[in-house]
Amino acid sequence: MRPILMKGHERPLTFLKYNRDGDLLFSCAKDHNPTVWFADNGERLGTYRGHNGAVWCCDVSKDSSRLITGSADQTAKLWNVQTGQQLFTFNFDSPARSVDFAVGDKLAVMTTDPFMELPSAIHVKRIARDPADQTGESVLLIKGPQGRINRAIWGPLNRTIISAGEDAVIRVWDSETGKLLKESDKESGHKKTVTSLAKSADGSHFLTGSLDKSARLWDTRTLTLIKTYVTERPVNAVAMSPLLDHVVLGGGQDASAVTTTDHRAGKFEAKFYDKILQEEIGGVKGHFGPINALAFNPDGKSFSSGGEDGYVRLHHFDPDYFNIKI
Amino acid sequence: MAHQGEPAKLRWGELEEDDGEDLDFLLPPRQVIGPDENGIKKVIEYKFDEDGNKIKITTTTRTRKLANARLSKRAVERRSWPKFGDAVHEDVGSRLTMVSTEEILLERPKPLGSKAEEPKTAGDPLAQFQKGAVLMVCRTCGKKGDHWTSRCPYKDLAPPSEGFVDKPAASDAATATAGATKGAYVPPGLRAGAERTTGSDMRRRNDENSVRVTNLSEDTREPDLLELFRPFGPVSRVYVAIDQKTGMSRGFGFVNFVNREDAQRAINKLNGYGYDNLILRVEWATPRAN
Repeated sequence: MRPILMKGHERPLTFLKYNRDGDLLFSCAKDHNPTVWFADNGERLGTYRGHNGAVWCCDVSKDSSRLITGSADQTAKLWNVQTGQQLFTFNFDSPARSVDFAVGDKLAVMTTDPFMELPSAIHVKRIARDPADQTGESVLLIKGPQGRINRAIWGPLNRTIISAGEDAVIRVWDSETGKLLKESDKESGHKKTVTSLAKSADGSHFLTGSLDKSARLWDTRTLTLIKTYVTERPVNAVAMSPLLDHVVLGGGQDASAVTTTDHRAGKFEAKFYDKILQEEIGGVKGHFGPINALAFNPDGKSFSSGGEDGYVRLHHFDPDYFNIKI
Repeated sequence: MAHQGEPAKLRWGELEEDDGEDLDFLLPPRQVIGPDENGIKKVIEYKFDEDGNKIKITTTTRTRKLANARLSKRAVERRSWPKFGDAVHEDVGSRLTMVSTEEILLERPKPLGSKAEEPKTAGDPLAQFQKGAVLMVCRTCGKKGDHWTSRCPYKDLAPPSEGFVDKPAASDAATATAGATKGAYVPPGLRAGAERTTGSDMRRRNDENSVRVTNLSEDTREPDLLELFRPFGPVSRVYVAIDQKTGMSRGFGFVNFVNREDAQRAINKLNGYGYDNLILRVEWATPRAN
């Protein structure tokens, strides 16, 4: 395959997200402008201007009309996807790290970093249908985990919130009361910071990537460990194919060590693993910095990766990818 | 595609010749009819065949619209959205989006079997060199790809200093090992006299029954050393360190024996031996600390 290189960002990529139809790709980077691209040919559709810091995360509503972004400028913003117009700004007292729309797009979960003595927190916000009615109040505020919460997503039927972060513990919270329902135990859990978390297409299981050089697959309801994928570098990003039983892990050595070593030593490939057999299928090379973000097109026929090098690489799979046998 | 008139067997090579006459301007212009509601498109062209007859070629094609179920109505609509943000001012030359010039493949990992084999071959230098057989040239018998000089079965038959005679007198350090692979590039790190930090196989070879000779006179060359050590037993390598800049001997060298006992005898005998007005110091070469 010949990947499409998109060089719209001037700083390392942080997050990638496809909309539900799989025709738009949203990218966030440490520069201040989240960008939307056409997912087929990589043409840039627009940028969302207004943030004043690195943008860590984004999510798009199911009907592709609203975009929500969380940024290090201590805000999360709601955007009109089509025009790039800012609809609302949620102000926090610390950088916003992760955002996720609930099923139905009426709620959104956002996490904020520990900052200036403030602990990290998970906020649940109500998203109004009409942006004029939008308020910044939190429906629910969860505090407790030590260190940064790198990712928080909604569980099945919006009943739970799954969070993971620097303390390497995966937690499941009740989204109504904010009570801690479950947490991963020490033996089966990650040993180092969990950097990324991705739900399967049906939400029944999810994948976490960690700096302990492994990715783990968990059952959403019971929080039992299903599979472990071991790799030889820290995992910064994970994605699951909605079409085949494949998982993709992206990572690489620490960005600060890149310039001192050979580019081959960095292992900046996106590694494909068989979801069930936990065996490596192959690697896709190309980035010259660690991979920070991975996303699968909802149709499963393409995926994109964003790297520390500032490039988004959009890969449309060759036909033989779909017949790979181990 | 339907050809009307004489079935024209047009060969492009002959077309070239016809172009010399260049009567194409006499032909009626190309006509395109359709596509109609059934997607049928007709293209009528006129040409001269090789005999100079005018022929009419009608090409009928049907264009079918591919039902693209994958794209939702909304997605199609989004396709025509106007650009916004920084994308509005995007000049054509900015080339934000490029198709990679490089074909990227999903690289399959090595089969498990090949991984397990590697350490095995590394243990046996001969087996490993089967791969890079071109590199392996015996300096004694000149045989390629069979064995290294130190393992030459014909070593004892060969005249003692033959290997050094045809070398240029002021052999620079590189030729000590590179002489065998004449013309082939030897990375500096692998050249004789260079600090060997890698290439454990090379080092092992040089450390095998290796005797260090120090306090050599500046005039001593490798053939002299060979002459001196040869009586103790078969010698596989003689090397005198030569300063790369000045071309002068640095006053020490190494001699490798095929048999360890021979080496021991040589040390016993020659350590403290007066050679060329200097007193030699002969001892076991210590493996480089590394």
